[in-house]
Amino acid sequence: MTPWSSPIDLLAALFLLVAFAMLSQRRLANLITLYAWQGTILTFSIAIVAYATDSAHLYASALLTGLLKILLVPALLRRLARRLDVQWDRESLVQIPTVMLIGLGLVIFAFNAALPIAAAGHIANHAIVGIALASVLLSLLMMILRATALSQVIGFLALENSLIFVATSVTYGMPMVIEFGIALDVIVGIFILGVFFFHIREQFDSLDINHIERRED
Amino acid sequence: MYVPIGVSWGLILSALILWSLLAFASLFIPKVPRIAPLIFPLGALGALGVAVAGLLALHGPPVATVSPLGLPGLPFHGRLDALSGLFLVLFGLTTVAISLDLTGYRAREHYPVAARIGVQYHILLVSLTLVFVAADAYSFLIAWEAMALSSYLLVVTDHRTSAARRAGFLYILIEHIGALAIVAAFAILIAQTPVGTPLSYTFTALQARHPDPTIAGLVFLLAFFGFGAKAGLVPLHVWLPQAHPVAPSPISALLSSVLLKAGIYGLLRVAFIVLPTPAPWWGLTVLTVGLLTALLGALSSAVQSDMKRLLAYSSVENIGLITAAIGLALLFSAYGLKALAALALIAALYHCLNHAFFKGLLFLGTGSVLHATGERNLGRLGGLIHRMPKTALLMLIGTLAIAGVPPLNGFVSEWLTLQSFLKATALPRPYLAMGIPLGAALIALVAGLAGYVMVKFYGIVFLGRPREAGLAHAVESGPFERAGLGLLALLCLALGLWPAGVIALIRPAARLLTGADAPITVGYAGARVGVAHAGYAPVVLWVAFGVIACTAILMLRARSGRAARRATVWNCGHPLVGARMQDTAEGFGQPIRNIFTAFLAVRRRLPAPDDLTPRYGSVVEDRFWENLYRPAARGFETIFIWTAALRPRRIAISLMFVLATLIVLLALAP
Repeated sequence: MTPWSSPIDLLAALFLLVAFAMLSQRRLANLITLYAWQGTILTFSIAIVAYATDSAHLYASALLTGLLKILLVPALLRRLARRLDVQWDRESLVQIPTVMLIGLGLVIFAFNAALPIAAAGHIANHAIVGIALASVLLSLLMMILRATALSQVIGFLALENSLIFVATSVTYGMPMVIEFGIALDVIVGIFILGVFFFHIREQFDSLDINHIERRED
Repeated sequence: MYVPIGVSWGLILSALILWSLLAFASLFIPKVPRIAPLIFPLGALGALGVAVAGLLALHGPPVATVSPLGLPGLPFHGRLDALSGLFLVLFGLTTVAISLDLTGYRAREHYPVAARIGVQYHILLVSLTLVFVAADAYSFLIAWEAMALSSYLLVVTDHRTSAARRAGFLYILIEHIGALAIVAAFAILIAQTPVGTPLSYTFTALQARHPDPTIAGLVFLLAFFGFGAKAGLVPLHVWLPQAHPVAPSPISALLSSVLLKAGIYGLLRVAFIVLPTPAPWWGLTVLTVGLLTALLGALSSAVQSDMKRLLAYSSVENIGLITAAIGLALLFSAYGLKALAALALIAALYHCLNHAFFKGLLFLGTGSVLHATGERNLGRLGGLIHRMPKTALLMLIGTLAIAGVPPLNGFVSEWLTLQSFLKATALPRPYLAMGIPLGAALIALVAGLAGYVMVKFYGIVFLGRPREAGLAHAVESGPFERAGLGLLALLCLALGLWPAGVIALIRPAARLLTGADAPITVGYAGARVGVAHAGYAPVVLWVAFGVIACTAILMLRARSGRAARRATVWNCGHPLVGARMQDTAEGFGQPIRNIFTAFLAVRRRLPAPDDLTPRYGSVVEDRFWENLYRPAARGFETIFIWTAALRPRRIAISLMFVLATLIVLLALAP
């Protein structure tokens, strides 16, 4: 494992960087590209772990992740954004520096919280757990701060990516059955949400969450 | 790899495959109506196969099998032992009759309804078979849930009426609460696996767990609650009188005859086989609940005026009797009296078979009456013996059997139950030894009430004069329906006249559960059954009855000396006696309603003295609705209102709660 820990460290750092980039990205089209990059990093890290542990099912997992998260899901999201005509809308965010500072706080917290988990696991590098945990928290933060439904969904997908990253880097992957299950869930989820978006827009003339919340009162 | 699976597994597997294919084929009934007449007779064929497989399993050694289906690393385990075999026989024979009846039912229904019933019914049959042969907690629960869902869909066949939807919801709700308790019971038992050994879900592995008495007691209570919800024990019986009236009659028959028994099967499997030697309080709990259920069921059925509700409460009563006998068996085995435990279990299992057959018969017959008249209300029926003589004869056998009249089957099991109650004097605790035989008095009361109920049921539906003009157009049931009824009536007669043979069939199951043989002797060429100082020989009894009846007739003839003469009917001084003046179901139940007010909630509607168009009415309800279910529903409602008040209006704030929770939990983690 030792010779392969440095590339994984590098990928983990990139993963965190992408998470921050997603947090501050205002355009939906760019957000989808970032999501695809995140998927690429994830695929590579699973492939490296697969090579290092020489396990066939992780190779299959990497292949599945690659197909799903680099090609299929971003393509579906792009099509959805194009048909909803929201690709280049500029989202109103809370001030980006403030968001970045909150994100930094979360990362520091995550590293502290990860220490006992990493000690319990069989992993050489404690930082990876911290990074993965931080990405989970950052994705949640992104979901909180976004105002449109589609970018909230991307936040949710990023959350799922981070969880898979934790799973592969800490325990060398989940059982194949569960991974298949999650993959299926993601695809079905995207399709259902896609249908929902059209309905939401028809009903409220907007994908902005604020409109929906106001109607509900 | 070729693995010989034996005749019984072969039969079961082919029935499962056949039923799955039939369920699939039923989807195409509306498109290809030609296949419709074949579906249900083929289903009956599969059921016959299952019954034969059960019969083979009763006497052969247990056969286990591992199916390639299931999740990787978690295959389905199956096992055919005497207990499974007995319930498969019960299930198979009843299902043959029900499938025959459905053949007739299908012919007069619209295609979409027939198709829906065809799909769900065969799925239900598959899952019921799997429940009876499953040998690990995991596949058992999957089959259990499949059974619950498919039976729910059958209950709401008539989903356009709100009564059906409400009844279906109540059924699925109680079913789910019960299933949760069963899952919890198995989960606690599995959690007892010592650290380091691989988790195994098979019943044999769970049997080897030997949990300590507290854990075993907890598991037992949860299992009793869960299986009791399915079987319809007080206070979870409320779904029965709601669901039976709205379901199609053949489905009511299946629910009452087989699905309730699935609860009994689960209870027996867990309490006697999976768990270690029971503690005395288990038996006492089961016994008390059983007796209470029997009494309440009998009382409630006496005051009903809807045919199917009456039969549903009668099912509650019978399940109560079965459960009481099981409780007695648990008590006996807690004190090491294995042979007596086997006796009580034989009584319980015998009654399971009996109830399946006569209640199936009564529900199917009710279906025929319902089809002929369109009426379920006893107050609008009457005199059907003239219109439907064959159905009436078969129903008479069913009502006599359920009333416990010798020489029919109901008597045998009630007699055995009473015998085992009287044997409780052998218990080493004086209080129990003196107190439990008193339960026999309660059983006798319940049996008497059951007789009363059946006189009311049969008398009002078939005897007297038609209460409505429309009844003159009632027609006899079709040949398929009569075949189903006839099969069940024959079984009732056979089980009554040949108790020794039936006991020989049940004996292996009781031996499997208790490890001992019941002290029952069999004599007079297999037609006499004896327990210690008491014996019962139906054939001798019948011959004696016949001799006495013939002598009485001959003596009366000899004394009167004249031929019968015809005269006008004396009309009791009433110049005009109409059909509506006959005794009604409400009138018949009135004494019970007044004597047992403590057990029933009666709401009477009395008109004011100056009302010009007075209308009288009374509604009888379970006391559990006002004392348990409505307060519980109100409590849940309050909790939901509080929770709804906590819910933030903005999605971002909800998400913030999630993040905050995560951060707090991570910070608190050691």
